[in-house]
Amino acid sequence: MLKDQDRIFQNLYNDKGSDVAASQSRGDWVNTKEITEKGRDWIINEIKESQLRGRGGAGFPTGLKWSFAPKEVGSRPHYLVINGDESEPGTCKDRDILRFEPHKLIEGCLIASYAVQAHVCYIYIRGEYFVDGQKLQAAIDEAYEKKLLGKNAAGTGWDLDIYIHYGAGAYICGEETALLESLEGKKGQPRLKPPFPALIGLYGCPTIINNVETIAVVPTILRRGAKWFASLGREKNTGTKIFCISGNVNNPCNVEEEMSIPLKELIEVHAGGVIGGWDNLQAVIPGGSSMPLIPKDRCETLKMDFDACVEEKSGLGTAGIVVINKDQDIIKCMARIARFYKHESCGQCTPCREGSGWMWRMLERMAKGDATKDEVDMLGDVTTQIAGHTICAFGEGSSWPVQGLLRHFKKEIQERNNLDPIVQKKNNIPYLVDQHLLDKKNA
Amino acid sequence: MSLRKPAKDQPESFEFNASSLEAANNIVAKYPKGKQQSAVMALLYIAQRQNNNWIPLAAMKYIAKFLDMPYIKVYEVATFYTMYNLSPVGKYFVQVCTTTPCMIRGANKLVEACKEKISENECELSSDKSCSWMEVECLGACVTAPMMQINDDYYEDLDKEKTSEILDKILNGETPKPGSYRGRINNEPENNRKTLTDLKNA
Repeated sequence: MLKDQDRIFQNLYNDKGSDVAASQSRGDWVNTKEITEKGRDWIINEIKESQLRGRGGAGFPTGLKWSFAPKEVGSRPHYLVINGDESEPGTCKDRDILRFEPHKLIEGCLIASYAVQAHVCYIYIRGEYFVDGQKLQAAIDEAYEKKLLGKNAAGTGWDLDIYIHYGAGAYICGEETALLESLEGKKGQPRLKPPFPALIGLYGCPTIINNVETIAVVPTILRRGAKWFASLGREKNTGTKIFCISGNVNNPCNVEEEMSIPLKELIEVHAGGVIGGWDNLQAVIPGGSSMPLIPKDRCETLKMDFDACVEEKSGLGTAGIVVINKDQDIIKCMARIARFYKHESCGQCTPCREGSGWMWRMLERMAKGDATKDEVDMLGDVTTQIAGHTICAFGEGSSWPVQGLLRHFKKEIQERNNLDPIVQKKNNIPYLVDQHLLDKKNA
Repeated sequence: MSLRKPAKDQPESFEFNASSLEAANNIVAKYPKGKQQSAVMALLYIAQRQNNNWIPLAAMKYIAKFLDMPYIKVYEVATFYTMYNLSPVGKYFVQVCTTTPCMIRGANKLVEACKEKISENECELSSDKSCSWMEVECLGACVTAPMMQINDDYYEDLDKEKTSEILDKILNGETPKPGSYRGRINNEPENNRKTLTDLKNA
């Protein structure tokens, strides 16, 4: 288990309060000026050496991302945008940072803004987190009062303004270019890449977008050194991570732990074990609903980091762990996830708009045993037609969980669904139906 | 995608009152000159708050003029995002999360309670028109599942009985206490905390 002094989020459970004074006693805002005085190249290098990877799901190296920002500010200003549109089912880590550790985030914003030469930072928070956003706003207001933000923020000589922008219930706005569209006052439909936001982003200006957790760990890394951060976890999967453990466990919780911690340790030690005991475990979704599930036998030895999860044909994603025990109907669980994606598809690309609803309708029938034999293969075919054929990663996110189900639980589906409509002619199966006709009855 | 339709009965006109106007001007000032369209989402929220939890078409037209943008662009935004209510939802708007992490912790019991207390169907006003409920997608409080949101506040760690008590309160016009209904004040493992223990005891 990680030593307590190596935990970055000392106030994850709000033992000590979240105002400036309490945050300073934990080391925030103490020597911000000394950090920025070392220069932007030093900051970016240090983050590169720490091997910090983005905590929002994709795991892109943060230092590398920052280095994509133009070195000189041209006619267009630079922007820093923080992604707090946490909507991935199973994930609730950013909420705790917003309400309990807001100053880690604000100080991180200042340092990151300095590194990428932005004077304005927008924090995009999902609309449902209104109350938590108000807590962050109070922290921002206090920071302005104490001259930690605004002109010559925290004595660094850098001017920075931070504004909160609330989303309004669209999961897709967690995708960085959709988030920018939303920030510009449009509906959140992702943009084609390239151009990448680092060159052409918000209002056509260079924009760096990072997750809340990524930015919040930056000040601590710079204080304690890249070497310290890189010594935790393993090569290319360094540092600590907030894991959210939900579902069928005795003590669902958020906990900050070292990268590469065994999944079994997280569940057994921190979350109090699976309800009904470890043998009652059916499967685990390791990184939010977009990541394919992992069946019990693989969970025994799985280490929770980016590369180990990929080896299991899944992913660490946001580290939102959903534990599903044998009391649950796994097909129904995945059908509900498919319904989520059907609901949240932005409708821009046809394969995703039509395919997400198609997958949901098939899975709903499969859960009831109303599907035909050949539909099981058809379902797999639909997933491959979506993944890789859309503008953004939503296509993968919606089809991977279904592919995971087919990979590990195909037998269960086949046993339940053995209708043969051509021979028996008893079922009217709507293979291709108009989405809206179904919506009226069901959605 | 979700299907969203504006209400049939629409008021003739809409205008920001003094406090909404002040709030709206403060929001517009957050964005660069000429980029006032960015404020449209926040202004729709302001209109929704002023107009008893829903946004009439007249408000969209008003906001379009306010921000100097085409009406259809405001309409597009208001119909795309699900948190904008396009028809009356009552003073208390109950949103029950039923996505998988909540589902496997028994979110269907919360839905049952809503059906019994508020209305048989979702998005349907209660008999006294004071509240309505609907199933929504993940609200991002999976560790304290199952949960629901009433207006701005989260109600977490629920079961059917506790949900019924909360719904009884709102039907009486009271605002119940938000937060966890098992008394949790954070997302630590209940009675099983093994980290940051010095701080807890200090």
